[in-house]
Amino acid sequence: MNATSSASLADATGTDESAVEHGRSVKSVYVYEAPVRLWHWLNALAIVVLCITGYLIGSPLPSVGGEASSHFIMGYIRFAHFASAYVFAVGLLGRIYWAFAGNHHARELFTVPVFTGAYWRELGLMLRWYLFLAPRPSRYVGHNPLARFVMFFVFFLTALVMVFTGFALYGEGLQAGSWADRLFGWVVPLLGQPQDVHTVHHLGMWVIGCFVIFHVYAAVREDIMGRQSIISTMVSGYRTFKD
Amino acid sequence: METFYEVMRRQGITRRSFLKFCSLTATSLGLGPSFVPQIANAMETKPRTPVLWLHGLECTCCSESFIRSAHPLAKDAVLSMISLDYDDTLMAAAGHQAEAILDEIMTKYKGNYILAVEGNPPLNQDGMSCIIGGKPFVDQLKRVAADCKAIISWGSCASWGCVQAARPNPTQATPVHKVISDKPIIKVPGCPPIAEVMTGVITYMLTFDRIPELDRQGRPKMFYSQRIHDKCYRRPHFDAGQFVESFDDENARKGYCLYKVGCKGPTTYNACSTTRWNEGTSFPIQAGHGCIGCSEEGFWDKGSFYDRLTDIHQFGIESNADKVGGAAVGAVGAAVAAHAAVSALKRAAERSDKPKA
Repeated sequence: MNATSSASLADATGTDESAVEHGRSVKSVYVYEAPVRLWHWLNALAIVVLCITGYLIGSPLPSVGGEASSHFIMGYIRFAHFASAYVFAVGLLGRIYWAFAGNHHARELFTVPVFTGAYWRELGLMLRWYLFLAPRPSRYVGHNPLARFVMFFVFFLTALVMVFTGFALYGEGLQAGSWADRLFGWVVPLLGQPQDVHTVHHLGMWVIGCFVIFHVYAAVREDIMGRQSIISTMVSGYRTFKD
Repeated sequence: METFYEVMRRQGITRRSFLKFCSLTATSLGLGPSFVPQIANAMETKPRTPVLWLHGLECTCCSESFIRSAHPLAKDAVLSMISLDYDDTLMAAAGHQAEAILDEIMTKYKGNYILAVEGNPPLNQDGMSCIIGGKPFVDQLKRVAADCKAIISWGSCASWGCVQAARPNPTQATPVHKVISDKPIIKVPGCPPIAEVMTGVITYMLTFDRIPELDRQGRPKMFYSQRIHDKCYRRPHFDAGQFVESFDDENARKGYCLYKVGCKGPTTYNACSTTRWNEGTSFPIQAGHGCIGCSEEGFWDKGSFYDRLTDIHQFGIESNADKVGGAAVGAVGAAVAAHAAVSALKRAAERSDKPKA
């Protein structure tokens, strides 16, 4: 009853103190929906496990003594690698689905507007900002143009390479005729022979490693020096602006 | 035309030995005892298929391996099973007589003979790096391949190129499937292939009158569908995390896994860990040396046999994926640290420029 009368009053007079209050406080935009945030942190965890176990598969820990039957160290390491690889791959699939189902920010990882001049101008501004040539960057709601570029060309494409080479190698263990061999086995002759697939898979890990360093640094730096929130946005989903 | 059985009887092989041979063949092909009569029947009724065995740029290790086959039967029986009409290493005829046989078989059995190729043709210098009977080998290969039923690429030379195709491959030694594209090609890689694998492939083709089921890369599935690693008797040490850290250490004496000293078992498809060599006596890993991956494409150009990771030549002489990647991560880390320092300094400078509020 009260709400109806105050709303009609606002319609009549044009004044609405509660709306003004609300407007003052609204400085944030909902950007990253829950599935995106959940994927981000699961993915981050999977990448950490994958990098550590993957490195240990290529360069195993010092040997243990005793009966072979009393240890299963490489077995456990490889299990952790394969389990987190499934999390990584299924997560990536889910994330691709969410690019269609989610808001338009969810699509930024998978496309780069290379044919739009304005995109390249903003990218130039971001580069100048990182080279200390521009005094301040723009206010970005979703990914900034540089982040989008790196997300697509460094993270997404490398992730695809890792999934394809990874499951191709996994299919070798599952044996010829297994689902992984049938779906991804063609990658082996494409790259030469299994040893070449290992080499590409190793290189991919280091690309992801470089990406992680840059990604974490850029997130922290933008959070401090940029004009909007970054890290808390990936926790709450809300982007807040400082000015 | 003589059947296999007639040839074998003529050579003094008893029926009892013949039937033993049939059961051994069935076993080595992974077939049940019920296939023994089928094999015997095929041998008794089918005419011998002529096989022309050409030698290109190679070292004859495939032939050396082949003549040591123990199961199916010893060399003489196998050489009688197939009608090996031309093989310049093994045949008695030489010179023009030998070359005449080639022409005779090609016209008489047009479209019905099997071409076995050991080695490969070099294409540079107009093929002059390998001359057979006064002509480049590539000419002979193309001529004989034109009317054959199928081609067997013996060994890594014919299948992939092998050491004569190693960088920079001055003679442009080229595997058979890149020269002949209109015939079914069975790749039997290895340097050399296992004797029993070679005779097994031939026996299968004669018995069933068709080429064996091949994998994605044209290798018979029955011998090349699993890695050395999958059937290695040292595999439990791999799973346990027990490795030879360096040759002649305590772990080497205990027979631990050779993964860390560069064994290519995990990336090599072959039957060594099941069939083994020299009548099943041993194979490299059993002798304490890692697999060098001799049946895989380009094994000669993948860096040291004793390194786990392949050298990446684009990044310098002694680099591998982990060294390159580690350097890249280090460089990015250093760049980020430097950038962070400059950012902080600049921000501090801007703060001090501004009048205090």
